[in-house]
This record gives sequence, structure tokens and C-alpha cells, in this order.
Amino acid sequence: MAAPDAPAAARPQLPPARPKGRPPRRKGNSAALLLIAPSIVFMTLLFGWPMVSGILQAFGGPQGLTTANFTRMAQDPYFWSSVGNTLLLIVVMIPIQFVLALAMALLIRAKPRGSSAYFYIWAIPLAVSDLAAGLVWLTVFTDRGYLNSLLASFGLDPVSWLAYDNYPSMFGAVLIAEVWRATSLVFVIVVAGLQSIPKDYEEAAGVFGANFWSRLWHVTLPLLRPSLQTALILRTILAFQTFAVALALTGQNFPLVVGETYRWYTGLQDPNVASALALVVMAVSMVTAVGYLKLLRDQSEAPR
Amino acid sequence: MSHATTSKATTPASRGEPEVDRRPLARRRRNRILLQAACILITLFMAVPIYLIALAAMSSRQSLQKFPLSFIPDNFSTETMQTFLQSTGILGGLINSVQVGVFTLVLSLVIGVPAGYAVARFAFRGRDPYQLFLLFTRALPIVVLSVPLAQLFLQTGLYDSVLAVVLLHTALALPTTILITASVFLGVPRDVEEAARIFGCSPVQAFLKVVMPMAVPGIAAASIFTFVMSWNEVLGASILTLNQRTLPAQVLSSLAESPLAYRFAGGFLLVVPALVFIFFMRRYLTNMWGSTIR
Repeated sequence: MAAPDAPAAARPQLPPARPKGRPPRRKGNSAALLLIAPSIVFMTLLFGWPMVSGILQAFGGPQGLTTANFTRMAQDPYFWSSVGNTLLLIVVMIPIQFVLALAMALLIRAKPRGSSAYFYIWAIPLAVSDLAAGLVWLTVFTDRGYLNSLLASFGLDPVSWLAYDNYPSMFGAVLIAEVWRATSLVFVIVVAGLQSIPKDYEEAAGVFGANFWSRLWHVTLPLLRPSLQTALILRTILAFQTFAVALALTGQNFPLVVGETYRWYTGLQDPNVASALALVVMAVSMVTAVGYLKLLRDQSEAPR
Repeated sequence: MSHATTSKATTPASRGEPEVDRRPLARRRRNRILLQAACILITLFMAVPIYLIALAAMSSRQSLQKFPLSFIPDNFSTETMQTFLQSTGILGGLINSVQVGVFTLVLSLVIGVPAGYAVARFAFRGRDPYQLFLLFTRALPIVVLSVPLAQLFLQTGLYDSVLAVVLLHTALALPTTILITASVFLGVPRDVEEAARIFGCSPVQAFLKVVMPMAVPGIAAASIFTFVMSWNEVLGASILTLNQRTLPAQVLSSLAESPLAYRFAGGFLLVVPALVFIFFMRRYLTNMWGSTIR
């Protein structure tokens, strides 16, 4: 294939390559476009097309455009409890995950003996799906599972952790399973962020007498901001998509929004309402991401 | 030396050791012990559940019925796993999962590697919007695509096929593949490529013979990442298929009416690849997350 090398002289109408990129880049509009074209076509077909038809589907009915799907969605008794559960889970889970992940990353940075083994074990849940995580913790929390076995060996009465009428323990089980599964993503991002911070800053702060907490608060955390920011956005968007962990642990007793989409599509066979729910999830994810970016940008500009 | 002797003379040290302030040392040792304790605590939290599901999956059906379950593997049996693997749709689901994973990996490399190379090497017009577009698509929830895609695939006859799931998974993996490969290619010095050109390679030859070999480890890590994503994805796969289920979709759809032993075995089979993948990728994890997400 003749990939034209497009020397700079052939494109006099373009300004010289932007000085921002440090290595001078070859300009090669046609070659580059040729290389990215397949991805653009593919993504347009598989993102653009379904997006448009999804929106049409959500507003579609037997006779023309309608908001009936959204009304049906909102009138379903499970809908509002699924919204509440999802929000509660996110609000409680994200702070726990960030504190835990930060602690884990700092522990690894302190280079304890066997730190590479620790890193491996702590990163394993990164490759575990939420369905698998739910099943893993089902062995612990189910009525005749390992937690109740442990209680029994101490002579205590077993507890129905996942019972319908025991909301706090049901929520706790889903929360623990999600913290177990998804903290490692934040952990790996924070470890990567810590690696890019030169140790000199902290040592300098230490020389001037800053103790561990003030070094962490005034030196490490501000430098980690970009990593924490990406982790926060990524983690929140992914948290909205959690559903199989609750399905595996509690069946329908702890509905989450995406789980409701699944139920409307497969159980109730109503793709229109399912699309409406999917649109809600998308809108909330987008708003969250934009909101975070705005919030974090404002804060980072304020102290200057 | 003289310091030691004078300090000995001034303080009444009964032991024959030089008087040294041992407190920093002791504090250091105490910190090390605390550090190890914290690490072990977190490791227990991460590893014990995996041990327990392995234990449950490797116990006989009968020993899973006993109430205080045993915490040590005293009843090793492959009965539970065998029953699970012989259940309807599991072996087929396993094969489908592997097929979907491999095809997704190949397709996203075929489309993604050239695009990643372009992002890394060329300052083409629209490069920044293109990267923004990729980041945007990464943020889209899977549900948003799955339901409409199911309708479109029903109309085009792709519904309930391996290809349908491959297409969805490739769309999900492609942005990440492009961003990772771009960062991998940025790590290959352009000098070697130019040297190859000077010695008479065509651009394509220089890419295949010089750049690719240097980029292979990073691209392999990206491929494993793609495979893991595909192996774990359950929502889209269950919406897009009916009979050609992948393994997680099969487990999910039969969750409600299956016995506990089946679920434990299914969970274990889903977790095992994670142990292997992370073992091979552990050196690349921080590189991938550190450099791809900005």
C-alpha cells in the first residue's frame, strides 16, 4: 500500500506543525485519515446508529412519538427504588473505595517485603466481572454460607443476610462485594499516578518538618489530582452500570437501574421502556461526568 | 571512638554496649510491622473470597449441604464442577465466550492499531476532536447501545450470533485499544523508524519490521485487556443473544432457577481467567492506566 508521505512543502496552506508536541510530527493528513478511517466508520455504525435509533425507540410508540414509555417506566414500582438504591450505593461506595485505594497505593509505595505479590493479589478483582463478584460473595452471605458457618462455629445464631426484609444487611452485602471488586481499578490508577510524582517533593516537605498527614494532604494529594479525577469520573460512570452483582446476591430484592433495563428487556419484553431506561442511565452518566469536570476544574483554579 | 568512650564514661551504662538512641530504630521496626500487618489485612480481604469460592466449587454437592461449612478443603471433589459443565448451554457458552473474545481481540487490533499509530505519529487535522470522540464513546454505558443494537440486529439477521456480540464488544473495546496502542507507539523512538527508512524500507516495511516488534509487548497487554473486557461483559451479551449465549450470559439467565452449587461453580469458572490474566498483565497495569487516561 502506498502510504503517501506528504512532505511539508506539499501543504503550503497549513500553518507549521503546532509547537506543542515536543517531537516534531510528520504532517500527513491523507495517510493519517486513511489509518483512522476504519475506526471512524466502525464507531459511527456501532455508536451513532444505535444511539439515534435508541432515542427514537425510547420515544416511539404504536402511533408516532410519545412519552408513554417514560410514564410507564416511572410508574413501575421497582423504578424509584432502583434509582434510590443506585444512588445510595454510589454515594456510600465511592468514598470508601477512594480512601481504601489510596491507602493501598501508599502501602505499596512504602515497598513492604513481598510488595509485588501484594500488588498482584490486590489487582486480581480488576479482571473479575460484577456477576462473578456477586457469585463469589454469595458463597459468603448465603443462608448456609461461610459467614453463617463462621458464626455457628462461635456458637452464634445464623443471620439471613440477603433476606428481603433485612435491607441494611442486603445493602451491606452488595456494598462489600462492589468495594471488593472495583477498588482495584482506583488502586491501579492511583499507583500509576504516584509513580509519576518524583519523591523529591515529599522529601523536601519532610526536611521542612511536615509530618505524614500534612505531606499527604499538602503535597501528595494535590499532585495526584489528575489521577484521582480520572478515577472518579471513570468509577462513577461504571458504578451506574452495576447490576449483576445485586442480581447474583439478592435476585430482584435489591433492584438497580441497569438491572431494571435488563428486566424490562428480557423479562417483560418491552424494548421501548428498556430504551427509555437506558437513556436515563446515559443522561445521568453524562451529567455526572460533565459535573465532575466542572467542579474539579473550578476547584483547581480557585487557589491560584 | 572518642565519642563512644566519653558517653560511656558520663552515663552509667551497665551493659557493655555504646549508648545509642534506639528509639528511631524501634519506631522504624514498629512501622515496618504495622505496614506488613496492614498489607496482610487487605490481602486477606482480597484473597479469602476467591479461596472460598474455589473451595465451594471443589466440594461435593453433599458437603455443600452440610450446615457449618468446612473452611478447609477436606472433601475435595470435582463433582460440582462436572455437573456444572454438563448443564445445558455451559460448554457451548464457554466455546462462544472464547470465540467472541478472540474475534473481538483480532477485530479491535485490526481497526485499532493503525488508528493508534496515526494518533501517535501524525499531527493530522482533527486529531484532538478525534481523541475527544474516543473518550466520549468510552463514557457511554453499555445498555444504551445494547437495546437498540438488538433491534437493529434482529432486522439485519445478525441477532443471536457470535458476530453480533463480537461487534458490540469491539465497539466497546476499540477506544481503549486505540488510546493504549497510541501510547505504546509514542514509546517507540521515531529515530529507529527513520533509520529504517534511510536504509531503504518503505513506510509499511519500516512499520512491520522495526516499529511493530518493539511495540508487541504493549499491544499484547492491550489485547489481554480486550479479551478480559469481552469475557466479563454480561449485559450486552445477554441482550443480543438467545441461544448463542456467552458463558456469563448463560450463567446470568439461569441464575434464578439454578441450585447454589451451580452458581458457585459458575462463579469460580468466571473468576479463574482473572487470576491468569492479571498475573501476565501485572507489569503493564500501571503503564496502561497511567498513560492512556489523561
